[in-house]
Amino acid sequence: MAERRLLLLAVALLLACAAFLLWNLRQPVGFILGLRTTKLAALVLVGIATGAATVLFQTVAMNRLLTPGIVGFDALFIFLQTLLVFTLGGAGYTQLPRMLTFGIETVILMACAMLLFGTLLRKGATDVTRMILTGVILGVLLRGLAEMIQRLLDPSEFAVVQGAMFVSFGAVKKEALWIAAPVLAVAVFLAWRMSASLDVAALGRTRARSLGLDHDRLVLSALALVAAMVAVSTALVGPITFLGLLAASIAHGLMKSHRHAVLIPAAGLIGALILVAGQFVFERVLGLQSTLAVLVEFFGGFLFLALVLKRRPA
Amino acid sequence: MIETKDLRVSIAQSELIHGISVTIPKGGITAVIGPNGAGKSTLLHTIAGLQSAASGTVTIDGTDIARARPQDRARLVAILTQNQPMLGRLTVEDLVSFGRWPHHRGRPRPEDTAIVAEALAEFALTDLSDRLLDTLSGGQRQRAFVAMAWAQSTPWLFLDEPLNALDPRHARDLMTRLRDLSAPGGDGRSVVVVLHDLNTAAGFADHVIALKFGHLFLAGPKAEVLTAENLSSLFDTPFQTTEVKGRQLVFPD
Repeated sequence: MAERRLLLLAVALLLACAAFLLWNLRQPVGFILGLRTTKLAALVLVGIATGAATVLFQTVAMNRLLTPGIVGFDALFIFLQTLLVFTLGGAGYTQLPRMLTFGIETVILMACAMLLFGTLLRKGATDVTRMILTGVILGVLLRGLAEMIQRLLDPSEFAVVQGAMFVSFGAVKKEALWIAAPVLAVAVFLAWRMSASLDVAALGRTRARSLGLDHDRLVLSALALVAAMVAVSTALVGPITFLGLLAASIAHGLMKSHRHAVLIPAAGLIGALILVAGQFVFERVLGLQSTLAVLVEFFGGFLFLALVLKRRPA
Repeated sequence: MIETKDLRVSIAQSELIHGISVTIPKGGITAVIGPNGAGKSTLLHTIAGLQSAASGTVTIDGTDIARARPQDRARLVAILTQNQPMLGRLTVEDLVSFGRWPHHRGRPRPEDTAIVAEALAEFALTDLSDRLLDTLSGGQRQRAFVAMAWAQSTPWLFLDEPLNALDPRHARDLMTRLRDLSAPGGDGRSVVVVLHDLNTAAGFADHVIALKFGHLFLAGPKAEVLTAENLSSLFDTPFQTTEVKGRQLVFPD
């Protein structure tokens, strides 16, 4: 049953991709198709990676509310962007080869993400309030630091930072995609290979260990994959805080299964479907230039609030 | 046989188990009793390898538990822990199937399915196998978790307060099943169970380990441990014993 739903999701994503590429295609076909393919690849990669990463993160955190973005990853990204522009200067930052900045950002984000998630999950990962509070406070701290540095920037440098703070699928470079695609593909595949162990981990640390799972090693491996997936996709297009929460929540609701072998691909496909279908409707049907991320954040934020309010007190 | 030697356990820089050396014989039911905070659950978790010892050793059937690989440990000891949060909505059958994980590591074989069916039948859960855990009563859930530990097919079965949330009938049924399983002629398992109800210990256990303030207070056959004098001293409150229909009953005076 779950496998059939997975197949339907894959078909829906394929149709959305075809519509995104071919709808209202005009001359020069080759040029427009090239632009659309790059954008589509970014949408699909980011959607799949964000959805899969969120399912992994929620399982090791033993919490269906948390996403890497909610516990401070997005604030970390903005802080790093600001710091890079501040240290290199606006001109220095923009003159750097795009591939180099993408590489630097990815590596720094991965290292910081491991540090951040490791700190948050080291003790009391099941204590939701503590996790959210710590994440929010860290986020506020990092945003505060970023704002302080932004006040020291001149207007042109500030404009560079501002450009990086918002999601942009249009500005993705093909070269960055060539690096991001294999990294994300390998990370998603490795995450999927962990499925059986993740099923056991969802029983809780003590039970999982009593069943012979090396729980701490699994958490570390999962966090490394989450760090790789969110770092690469954020460095590629920018932060989308609530996309993962939307994708993972819909995947759990739709699949009605505890098996990560279907949850991970489902969340990935749903993440990609939200972005591709949403961008298609926005760009092609409505002809709007507004960014889809605003809508994703609106509905995702709303869902987050609904989930928090729905939770029974512990 | 389980043997602990000078076992010390500290949590958050506080020593909870103070050098316990005890032997748990193979076969039958061994009850672990003692006042709140005596270290019963900590001792059980440490013997099962879920809690690291600060010093001392634990051997189970000759295996040093601290050096055993996690999957080898899980084939030696199954443990039912006290209620802990879990993620996801599982059916009873899904949960019981996890008991086979140490044996198939995610690739179930036909014999695993057969053992799961057996476990469901053994704990009267067959009719509930498709029910989601969160739609069950506390007692039904507890039985499902015991069935999961049973399905692990280990020579040692540890149960930390398994009678919580069970009504008297199901508590008696569970203890009767455990006694049948661990009795000579059963399936050769040894059961170690943390109990608060001393009369259940008196009725079903073969051996009793009594702990007090993290120290071993007494260990031995139940007739030697569960005396009014010992229990009065263990719980710092006067106890009396009596016999009803050939069964020993203990109660605070």
